[in-house]
Amino acid sequence: MTLLAVQLLNGFQLGMLLFLVAAGLTLVFGVMNFVNLAHGVQYMLGAYLGVTCASLAGGFWLGLLLAAMAAGAFGLALEWLIFRHLYARSDLDQVLATFGIIVTLNEAVRLLWGSAPLELPMPDLLSGSFMLMDGLRYPVYRIAITAVGLLVGLALAFLVNRTRAGMLIRAGASNPDMVNALGVDIRRLFRLVFGIGAMLAGFAGVLAAPLVSVEPGMGENVLILAFVVIVIGGIGSIRGAFIAAILVGLVDTVGRTMITDLSHAVLSGQAASRLGPALASMLIYLVMAAVLAWRPAGLFPART
Amino acid sequence: MLKQLLGGLTLSVFAFAAQAQDVKVTVISTLSGPQATLGEQIRDGFNLAVEQLGGKLGGLKATITVVDDELKPDVAVTKIRGLLESTKQDFVIGPVFSVVKAAIFKPVTSAGAYLISPNAGLSTFAGKACSKDLFVTSYQNDQPHSVSGQFATDQGYKKAFIIAPNYQAGRDALTGFKSRYKGEVVSEDYVPLTQMDMQSELAKIASAKPDVVFVFLPGGLGINFVKQYRQAGLTNIPVLSTFTVDESTLPAEGDAAIGFYSGTNWAPNMDNPANKAFVAAFEKKFNYVPGTYAAQAWDTAMLIDSAVKVAGTDHEKLRPALEKADFASVRGSFKFGKNHYPIQDFYLAQVAKRADGKLQTEIRKKVLTADVDTYAAECQM
Amino acid sequence: MKLPLAIFALLALVPILSALGVPLGGFVPLLLGRVMIFAIAAMSLDLILGIGGLASFGHAAPLAIGAYAVAILDAANIHDAVIVVPVAMAAAGFFATATGAVALRTRGVNFIMITLAFAQMIYFAAASLADYGGDDGYTLYSRTTVLGAKLLDGKAFYPTVLVVLFLVWLKLRIIAASRFGRTLSAIRQNRPRAQALGFNAFAVELAAMAIASALCALAGVLLANEAEFVSPAFASWARSGDLMVMVILGGVGSLHGAILGAFAVVMAEEALGRLTQHWPLLFGPSLVLAVLFLRRGIAGIGGRRD
Repeated sequence: MTLLAVQLLNGFQLGMLLFLVAAGLTLVFGVMNFVNLAHGVQYMLGAYLGVTCASLAGGFWLGLLLAAMAAGAFGLALEWLIFRHLYARSDLDQVLATFGIIVTLNEAVRLLWGSAPLELPMPDLLSGSFMLMDGLRYPVYRIAITAVGLLVGLALAFLVNRTRAGMLIRAGASNPDMVNALGVDIRRLFRLVFGIGAMLAGFAGVLAAPLVSVEPGMGENVLILAFVVIVIGGIGSIRGAFIAAILVGLVDTVGRTMITDLSHAVLSGQAASRLGPALASMLIYLVMAAVLAWRPAGLFPART
Repeated sequence: MLKQLLGGLTLSVFAFAAQAQDVKVTVISTLSGPQATLGEQIRDGFNLAVEQLGGKLGGLKATITVVDDELKPDVAVTKIRGLLESTKQDFVIGPVFSVVKAAIFKPVTSAGAYLISPNAGLSTFAGKACSKDLFVTSYQNDQPHSVSGQFATDQGYKKAFIIAPNYQAGRDALTGFKSRYKGEVVSEDYVPLTQMDMQSELAKIASAKPDVVFVFLPGGLGINFVKQYRQAGLTNIPVLSTFTVDESTLPAEGDAAIGFYSGTNWAPNMDNPANKAFVAAFEKKFNYVPGTYAAQAWDTAMLIDSAVKVAGTDHEKLRPALEKADFASVRGSFKFGKNHYPIQDFYLAQVAKRADGKLQTEIRKKVLTADVDTYAAECQM
Repeated sequence: MKLPLAIFALLALVPILSALGVPLGGFVPLLLGRVMIFAIAAMSLDLILGIGGLASFGHAAPLAIGAYAVAILDAANIHDAVIVVPVAMAAAGFFATATGAVALRTRGVNFIMITLAFAQMIYFAAASLADYGGDDGYTLYSRTTVLGAKLLDGKAFYPTVLVVLFLVWLKLRIIAASRFGRTLSAIRQNRPRAQALGFNAFAVELAAMAIASALCALAGVLLANEAEFVSPAFASWARSGDLMVMVILGGVGSLHGAILGAFAVVMAEEALGRLTQHWPLLFGPSLVLAVLFLRRGIAGIGGRRD
């Protein structure tokens, strides 16, 4: 029973990390209708910049701040240089161009930082842990990530639903031409949204760095998971992304264990030890396909 | 398109002009993408040896082509077959990963070249399907894992919790461990290759309270596991591993890895003259601590050097010369079994910090002496 | 009409030249063979993506299904195309029908993601086939024969692939020009109107997916024979991405553009890889530039679309 509770906590925490990445993606996607595959490399870039900034600035916190800002600035530069020319283009053109950026940045990171994985130590302030169950300690750092995820969720919900900028964002999402005609600089609005999205991805990258290996290509796994999250949640919906992120987190921790145990209970020996892990690997995709079969536009579609 | 055709034409003309009196070696390794670290070690280890030999192998000028397999089996096949059809190669060295080896085995050996594998040691080619034209300078894949199994048995650990990624090599690893482990396996877990968070497995370990944990978690998986294992405070349970804490991942794992055990056939601190010279030269040139990948690639170059010295580039005469393995290995003693896989000692190594602050694995105990893999008996050449 | 014929003429030149004794080296036919195999896969994707507007991010799945059909029948000692090809095409067609029925409920990016999800399931399923090597893949005992003739071996391989490519292109052109093809195109352009005219959009799109998938399985059969090897990597999402890149880069909806796209991608890997180990640094930006400046893809360079 304790084990299940611990697993639920783990799933929730993984969900919060996914939410940080997915929130930016769903905003850019929902508001600007822009398919940004390069969102994952923003996350990777955040982690790498975090490692470098932390060692240059001599600490995690300053590193986090600098890296998130640098990632945001880099995102804005990309937006100005390339993406703004693609808003009016088809989904497919956006996919191809941002795919090109993934390829480029993965290799650039390898060239600059080398292909060996890097490490970012945890900040001392949060490096403590407490006894969660017999023999298992839980790092305070993970609690902090969960809290940050919740805070960011609340802040974004406030920004989108309660502020003037948020109102314009929502208006821009449903009818950009009309907003433009009313004298609002839609380009600037888009740039703002894009900057926030890029910064959030970079921020999530730095936060994840002490827990996972910082290596080229680390963005792709997260990108696919983030896409799964926003598709399940309904594109453009912060609330949907939040709930779907928790769902995916839980499926990935609790569900994976359960399906393995279940296959052992139903089948015997060889068959179970093969089928169990295979199903566990597919699980989030099965969940996504099931959700989309049930609700083709996701759980909480922002647009109807 | 015409330009490309012309490009191909000039390429094959160049091939004609190549010297007859040289040794042609192709190194095929994974050099792009996220998995490139290991591939780079192999390339660096091999190049270092050739450089130390004055750009020659066995006294003949060495013409070396480096090919990136991109870790895509079909890409590897096309590249290697194209190369072999335009220029005959005496040796093909590589690859890093088993999946590529299975794919290029046939094209290489049917083109009259020796395939010498400095890392991937598939069981397929160790038994019934062993080949006259294949040599493996690393190990048969099961062996390093069985070292941990043997050690766990020797220590009298009663309950083991074992984890590997959900793919063929992962399943083989756990089978290898179990082949020499006499205690009870309380849980056998397979994680997806792309798993980032190990928290779920850690909670299960804490709840199962095993005497020992065995993991085979290569690359990023291992880095995540090692860091998170320490963060979860599971320090009282010893961790035996293979390819989880090695010189390719230690820089990223940092101090969290200190104390982890690893089953291996070599470590940088191994005490013999060839090895001391190798490690010093390698670190000087490439500025990182070499892992087994680099060491085995270095041995591979020395093996070729010793054989060409005796037999030149005559394919048939080379075989007995290669089988003799008459070179000073960084592993001390080295010889081939009848299936062309090595017969060698295996050790338990432990991660420790050197005087200069860098991390490395260090030999703690010899576990298996002159170990012959279990498939060798089935090999009829 | 001139450009596609020029492409085929150039491709046909290779075996003619080598028959005349021009030393092309082994590399040119090998690489172009590979280009043509991927061109078949990319062209079949173009049917649903270009003409039908259905951006499938899972087209590596039928490719792998075709390849695994070869492997599984190879293990059962069945090597003739008379059995292998229909099995491969039927399996891929069935897969597309079953998954398409679910996927077609969604639109836009959700469609991209759900097709990706189904392809990932094929990937993991293939990786769990321990009898066929699991992740390590499976080396074929023997290549596929055609009525006993070794048409997929040695010198015959290239001409065979060329013929298959030509037939697939012809077939797809006929489909595109047919009533079915024009209905599919009409649904892409204006779905409500097409439905109001009485067309069953769902059925048409599902049929298109099945046809595309079955044709792509042909490429899978050829790819397995070219490599004499099959592995789950054939179904990886990166491979699906490659196919999409080929179609978009070549020029969406033009069919022969997919051949040019396949050529560009395979050659870029090879030629840039020769220049530098860091070839993605050149390849990535050229994709971006292609999107920004080649609006109709490579096939659209220098003139109107034909």
